[in-house]
Amino acid sequence: MQIAAFYVLAVLAVSSAIVVLTHRNEVICALALAFNLAAIAGFYFLLGAQFIGFMQIIVYAGAIMVLIVFVIMLLNLGEESYPERGGSIQRWLAPGLSLAFAAVLAVVLWRSGEGDLSAPNVEFGTVGALGRELFTRYFYPFEVISLLLVAAMIGAVLLAKRKL
Amino acid sequence: MNDFAFGIVSTMVKLAVVVNALLGAVAVMTWIERRLSGVMQYRWGPNRVGPFGLFQPLADGVKFIMKEDILPANAYAPVYVAAPAVSLITALCAFSVIPFGPAVELFGREVSLLIVDIDAGILLAFAATSLGVYGIVMAGWSSRSKYSLMGSLRSTAQMVSYELALGLSVMGVILVSGTLRPAEIVEQQAGWFWNWNALAGGWQFLGFVIFVVAIYAETNRLPFDLPEAESELVAGYHTEYSAMKFSMFFMAEYVAMTTGSALAVTLFLGGWQLGFPVPLTGWALAVLQVLAFVGKVGFFMVTYVWVRWTLPRFRYDQLMSLGWKNLLPLSLANVMVSAVMVAFDVVGR
Amino acid sequence: MDSRSFLVLSAVLFAIGVSTVLLRRGAIVILMGVELMLNAANLAFITFARQYQTPEAQIYVFFVMTLAAAEAAVGLAIVIALFRLRGTTDVDEISVMKW
Repeated sequence: MQIAAFYVLAVLAVSSAIVVLTHRNEVICALALAFNLAAIAGFYFLLGAQFIGFMQIIVYAGAIMVLIVFVIMLLNLGEESYPERGGSIQRWLAPGLSLAFAAVLAVVLWRSGEGDLSAPNVEFGTVGALGRELFTRYFYPFEVISLLLVAAMIGAVLLAKRKL
Repeated sequence: MNDFAFGIVSTMVKLAVVVNALLGAVAVMTWIERRLSGVMQYRWGPNRVGPFGLFQPLADGVKFIMKEDILPANAYAPVYVAAPAVSLITALCAFSVIPFGPAVELFGREVSLLIVDIDAGILLAFAATSLGVYGIVMAGWSSRSKYSLMGSLRSTAQMVSYELALGLSVMGVILVSGTLRPAEIVEQQAGWFWNWNALAGGWQFLGFVIFVVAIYAETNRLPFDLPEAESELVAGYHTEYSAMKFSMFFMAEYVAMTTGSALAVTLFLGGWQLGFPVPLTGWALAVLQVLAFVGKVGFFMVTYVWVRWTLPRFRYDQLMSLGWKNLLPLSLANVMVSAVMVAFDVVGR
Repeated sequence: MDSRSFLVLSAVLFAIGVSTVLLRRGAIVILMGVELMLNAANLAFITFARQYQTPEAQIYVFFVMTLAAAEAAVGLAIVIALFRLRGTTDVDEISVMKW
């Protein structure tokens, strides 16, 4: 049953990523990306990482993507459609090289050997285990990243102001 | 029947009961809203359709089904049709972690009365609320109309802003309880009613007030309902919707109200706990506790209507300034004070 | 279950993200391609976290998500400022600085 769930989620994730790649309307691309992020959150739940799965939905799909959709609508970009860029060489070279890149990565990862995903210990992915690590071993990165968030907030507000 | 099959059957039964109860609550809520508004405005509400107008929700349902279902020519059809579904599905999913009763003994096995009992339970309610914003975004954009777009942008900004205060006000409860599972949070509030989290049990009264204000803003109800105010924006993001799709938005709003009230009751007011000792055990006590839960949630729903006709509507800039400049610092202060109290063992379970 | 399928899926999503950055003209869609790449890497991290039963990789994913949020906010502010100046978000049109 887990294998079936994996394949269903994989089809959803890859198809929504392809919609992001190809669709002309930017709002549809943003909605498709939100769907993709929700599918990846499904993968996290499948792997047992509950807290990260919820963080993915709340932060990524529920906040970052809403921000992106908001900006697209405010700039009124939903109505325009751009032709794909570059001359004829780039139009065929870029997808071809990306496909080759994907193929090489996939083959390398497939040949790297079987990875056993047997039943994890009970504490895997729980909030308590992550919280313990975050506040003991990774305490300094935690504080530094809060400083980084403050800097990003100030920077974003300043950059988007009409008059300083 | 082995454990796995029993688990599946019991989950399906609980799902059926909860979804039907929620949608039934929507129907009852329409009646309560219209009659209670009438009482407050010194007029009769609807009183023709049955005794005291009790069959009015039925008449409303039939009306919505029989109305012509319009698809505007300019609208972007797939997103237009999907938007009310997204709203309703996320609103219903948010209720799945709320315990509506104690663990009961059925057929020799213990059945807990919540649908999903995972370690990070409360986060699922917030995740579903965060995803509910997409229904509004999709509706406003796909309608291709000025009023819809403005209404949906305002509503989205409002909901995202108040989600912060919502999450932070719950942080105080999580600090005091030491767990994210709603079942455990409710069990810790056993005993007399002053043991609840909002009162002397957890000293989270400020958190409770912030949570209630934020949940009013999340569900776009007065005094925060500028996105759907009739005098301002025709009907906001659901201007171009008719018949069943409109009624799905309507249902989604009421289900979100019920879920928000149920969350407030679970986290701050003791959930299904009675609040006073009762000389009963077993099944009788369980039924009484479920009724207590329903009663508490019902009180909050009546308060929604009460506040609607008591307070005037906030202007949009007042609304945003309240969310960012007042509620957010207050909830941060609440988290800090709760953390200090827990660190010095004043509270904490 | 086998961790190789998750890793191959992560590689495919990463490649789609790279193609989005290379092929599309809208600045915001390029940002979305970057988000796709970050998510593919996160998926690989969590797969290894499960394989080696460690909470460290999940902490890294936590930090990557936070960084992606900060980067998206600042990137979108830059796009808005640029749009006010040039009237378009087409990266081909704004590839030449003011002369």
